[in-house]
Amino acid sequence: MGIRERLSGNEAAAIAMKQINPDVVAAFPITPSTEIPQYFSSFVSNGTVDTEFVAVESEHSAMSACIGAEAAGARAMTATSSNGLSLMWEMIYIASSCRLPIVMSLVNRAVSGPLNIHNDHSDAMGVRDSGWIQLFSENNQEAYDNLLMAHRIAEHKDVLLPLMVCQDGFITSHSIENIELVEDEKVKEFVGTYHPEHYLLNLKEQIAVGPLDLQSYLFEHKRQQAEAMRNAKNVILEVSKDFEKMTGRKYEFFEKYKMEDSDIVIVCMNSTAGTAKYTANLLREKGIKAGVLKIRVFRPFPAKEIANALANQKAIAVLDKADSINAAGGALFEDITSAMFVNGIQVPTVNYIYGIGGRDTTSAELESVYNDLEKIKNIGKVTNPYRYLGVRGEF
Amino acid sequence: MNNLIEIRWHGRGGQGAKTASLLLADAAFNTGKYIQGFPEYGPERMGAPITAYNRISNEPITIHSNIYEPDYVVVVDDTLLESVPVTAGLKKDGAIIINTTKDSNYLRDVLKDYTGSIYSIDARKISMETLGQYFPNTPMLAAVVKVSQIMSEQDFLNDMIGSFKHKFAKKPEVIEGNMKALEMALKEVKKV
Repeated sequence: MGIRERLSGNEAAAIAMKQINPDVVAAFPITPSTEIPQYFSSFVSNGTVDTEFVAVESEHSAMSACIGAEAAGARAMTATSSNGLSLMWEMIYIASSCRLPIVMSLVNRAVSGPLNIHNDHSDAMGVRDSGWIQLFSENNQEAYDNLLMAHRIAEHKDVLLPLMVCQDGFITSHSIENIELVEDEKVKEFVGTYHPEHYLLNLKEQIAVGPLDLQSYLFEHKRQQAEAMRNAKNVILEVSKDFEKMTGRKYEFFEKYKMEDSDIVIVCMNSTAGTAKYTANLLREKGIKAGVLKIRVFRPFPAKEIANALANQKAIAVLDKADSINAAGGALFEDITSAMFVNGIQVPTVNYIYGIGGRDTTSAELESVYNDLEKIKNIGKVTNPYRYLGVRGEF
Repeated sequence: MNNLIEIRWHGRGGQGAKTASLLLADAAFNTGKYIQGFPEYGPERMGAPITAYNRISNEPITIHSNIYEPDYVVVVDDTLLESVPVTAGLKKDGAIIINTTKDSNYLRDVLKDYTGSIYSIDARKISMETLGQYFPNTPMLAAVVKVSQIMSEQDFLNDMIGSFKHKFAKKPEVIEGNMKALEMALKEVKKV
């Protein structure tokens, strides 16, 4: 049995980091993830962890310090949000291309501008092609659980890629909710000790990290990165199975909620999935067969598995909490419709951009999406696939 | 889902409405409930109107949005009654609990179309008598527990001793006053 607690999402992330007790944490505070390094630095001061905490002067340096630490052979973690991640941008790609399994807690917030401190997924979407594994979390429990699994996935010899665990800024990061923690000793045993195969401080093997890599090799190295991301799929499932053995909590690529008999489904990520579940239950009392597909693993993108999971639906709404501003659809919508097309699945599918800049997404709004899906189900086709939910103005 | 209780707090920055919502979540958690406690973050500054929320249930809570149709509304500062639509969406069989010394005519008048139950409490008097300073959130916390009957008064008081011991570990001298404030508030909150 775990430990019954009540924590905010930020507290949950900080406690996961405490239990993991990494060698190095380098971070710079930014709303709404500030509390994570704040709480963690108190664990350092109290001697609860023996981590080297590097209080850097910017996020670019935070990621650089993590890269240096991982390259040296240490286990490194950081936390950030929004423009903090933007400032890391250059080093984000260096981390993944050097195959350094750094773990980041990303508390999702709108990327400026205009300046906004509230939640959407534009920060995470901006690095979706950077070679980082991206796990999304509905609530404090999942943010915690995903972090406990993170190093096992990232450090696996077939993977060696950095990993970020996302949760919604304020909505879950600052909400106190019930959570079940795992005992310290069990976490320690589960996460294990980091034994890198190649590292700079190994006196017996001299290596170079991050040298010039031109026409003759860079393509092959990128190809290896892509293969590692493919390998991550199996590793994620293996680690999740082990985690389920320890906690009883089941994690896969995605959660299929009430999809055994559903004919309309909302696909979304993070906290909105919880509101969608609540809404699906309300509609089921009226006889509407509503379901929810909650994406946990966005990178690697489980294309075939998602397409198969959606094959028997009559209408699908994909909700994107970031606008790609591309005169077409959001990132999740494009990935999902591409996955369906490639796998020969033909179901009418519509995209909604929603919740931008912390705009609250209500159960009533999600009910309106399900109502739209009922109409699409009856007509059998979508005439206007690119839609917005909860925004003012006529276009 | 029917056992879900939703509470909305209205206060001004610095009055502790957010802290009260977190303490209520704590107390309900300790009686075995599923809870949410979260503020609505805006451009916060001392004195500006703020909103905080609680959900309390016997079953896991998955909804993650603000509360638009609360069962209970707590108003920590009665100057908000004329500027913030505090009863918006408040359920007919719910109640509003106001920190005020104003009479029932004023309250009925200022709340306009609202026809549901109104409870009032003089949290300033209680706070000054028990703590010597104006911290309205402690009496308001007790008032909402009393009106909503989320838990028994005894369970609540037993639990709050523990919470205060933890919260005020560095200034234990204020624990007794806070407990007195809770006890007085449980007695003094009254239906208008």
